[in-house]
Amino acid sequence: MLLIILRRLGQSVFVLFLVAFVSFMMFRYVGNPVDNLLGQEATVEQREALIEALGLNDPLHVQYLDFVTRAVQFDFGNSYRGALPVADMILERLPATLELAMVSALFAMFFGVIAGVYTAIFRNRFLANVIMSSSLIGVSLPTFLIGVLLIWLFAVELGWLPSFGRGETVQIGFWTTSLLTVSGLKSLVLPAITLGLYQMTLIMRLVRAEMLEVLRQDFIRFARARGLPEHVVYFGHALKNTLIPVITVAGLQLGSIVAFAIITETVFQWPGVGLMFINAVFFVDIPVMSAYLLLVGTLFVAINLIVDLLYLAIDPRIRDGQLKRQST
Amino acid sequence: MSAEKTLIRRFRESDFLYDFKRSPVTVVSFVIVMFLILLAVFADLVAPTNPFDAGSLNLMNGFTPPMEPNAFTGETFVLGTDDQGRDLFSAIIFGLRVSLFVGLTAVILAMVLGVSLGLLAGYRGGWVDAVIMRTADIQVTFPSILIAMLIFGIARGLLPPHLRDEVAITVLIIAIGLSEWVPFARTVRGTTMVEKEKEYVQAARLIGLGSGQIMVRHILPNVLSPVLVIATITLALAIIAEATLSFLGVGAPPTEPSLGTLIRIGQDFLFSGEWWILLFPAFTLLALALSVNLLGDWLRDTLNPRLK
Repeated sequence: MLLIILRRLGQSVFVLFLVAFVSFMMFRYVGNPVDNLLGQEATVEQREALIEALGLNDPLHVQYLDFVTRAVQFDFGNSYRGALPVADMILERLPATLELAMVSALFAMFFGVIAGVYTAIFRNRFLANVIMSSSLIGVSLPTFLIGVLLIWLFAVELGWLPSFGRGETVQIGFWTTSLLTVSGLKSLVLPAITLGLYQMTLIMRLVRAEMLEVLRQDFIRFARARGLPEHVVYFGHALKNTLIPVITVAGLQLGSIVAFAIITETVFQWPGVGLMFINAVFFVDIPVMSAYLLLVGTLFVAINLIVDLLYLAIDPRIRDGQLKRQST
Repeated sequence: MSAEKTLIRRFRESDFLYDFKRSPVTVVSFVIVMFLILLAVFADLVAPTNPFDAGSLNLMNGFTPPMEPNAFTGETFVLGTDDQGRDLFSAIIFGLRVSLFVGLTAVILAMVLGVSLGLLAGYRGGWVDAVIMRTADIQVTFPSILIAMLIFGIARGLLPPHLRDEVAITVLIIAIGLSEWVPFARTVRGTTMVEKEKEYVQAARLIGLGSGQIMVRHILPNVLSPVLVIATITLALAIIAEATLSFLGVGAPPTEPSLGTLIRIGQDFLFSGEWWILLFPAFTLLALALSVNLLGDWLRDTLNPRLK
């Protein structure tokens, strides 16, 4: 048991170092830090001084270690555009992205589970069939198209909701939140639906499939035979037993919510880290790109690790190595 | 001649065709995909105007609504025009061509890369297998769209600024292709590991054929049908990835707009009431992505009876 956990931890650390190496190579070799910081009129002496100051003459492994040490202390250098420290830019924008991601994850979980349970219990009803068919369209629709179509319908045609920005925000310490103002909440609706819709259909289909599987089993028949009311059978017994795979998938999807936030943030001009990243790609702002990669990479590795360890804790078969063949 | 005839007859009597005909959704999707592909291939003949010939554009025609004569010139356009008086119908056909071209070539790149690495990993085993498959494991923990964006960004950084727009399409193909190879490699590796133990492979080895020849000539044909399924599903993903990147402004350049670029342009005019500039390209993309997805789903169910 301890051995498995240690091995899994070792793997994560290895992947982290790999991610750090890729961002280091980007930072160091793509684009030219010296040209970008000094401009074209710099003298040779100025260039030499900067190269020495940045440590670009040191051996590669020294530079890499230096890069990692500074990254751990949350120092990613300055952005090429505007010359602001990248760490400050990220800290300023992170709350916007995290709030958006959390709200859409909750939205996806809540409606996904409800729709999944409904379509499983009443699978022959007309509404259930409509939900199932439209979920296929939901899976095929690119995220940005969902966002654009929602803007067209609810912001342009109906004029109910704002189409860009975060609305008014409130400052709590270093954290700016839009959850406490009416305009902030209204601004959150469309982006959250856009970002959460795909995950919602995914969770719905998963819950439906798992529910159908569980409902066939003996303990459900037994619960019914004991005369328990239907809702207790469905929610107390059946749903509970479908939740492990659902939580796993939802957990793993948290990572892709952060990635797809890039798209949603661009559609709605949401001032988060995703919008910052896409602008960095467009203007070839390498320090911002490499810092974003490092941040998201760390997040993904952490999510994967937590999900794996949770799995280990929950499912005794994996713990005893019985499912080893399946998991490799 | 006779061989050809039997091949046609075999196809006519196959379960494959039978299944196909019995699924109306699949037939409709197939017709839509074929129609869109033909439109894209014969874009020069079908499109009423060449949307990228600046000389033929008349700014007076700008913002003409669909099916209504323009207030100044009296010209009528089926799907209307954009801000520069460009015929939207032609722009969509040419955009479709870019989208399909990028999607197809990216899938071919991903397929060639994934199948080769999968064959190598499955046949060789040992450390080759370990390196290839661990790389795949690490790559799939990151969403492919993010990887494509990163590759695109790195390539932009490495290229001198004047080349960036010129080779943007090539960079886009490489970025999407490199981000989608893993499913091919995983499937092919699995099948190869089963196939290489079989007698025909041992026989081939006995008569002294080299590993390269065994992999390509003997094992490859036997792993192709799942590859076809993955390729179709990946095509839908690649088309969506291309549209997404172009929409975000980090894909096809304005000089060669794809459907995604057209939607990006259309979004600017949504609030001033010119809905057609956005909605027509959007529905074309939707029809394309949905049809390819449905075809892929059907192909998976038909060629993989285990999953039925």
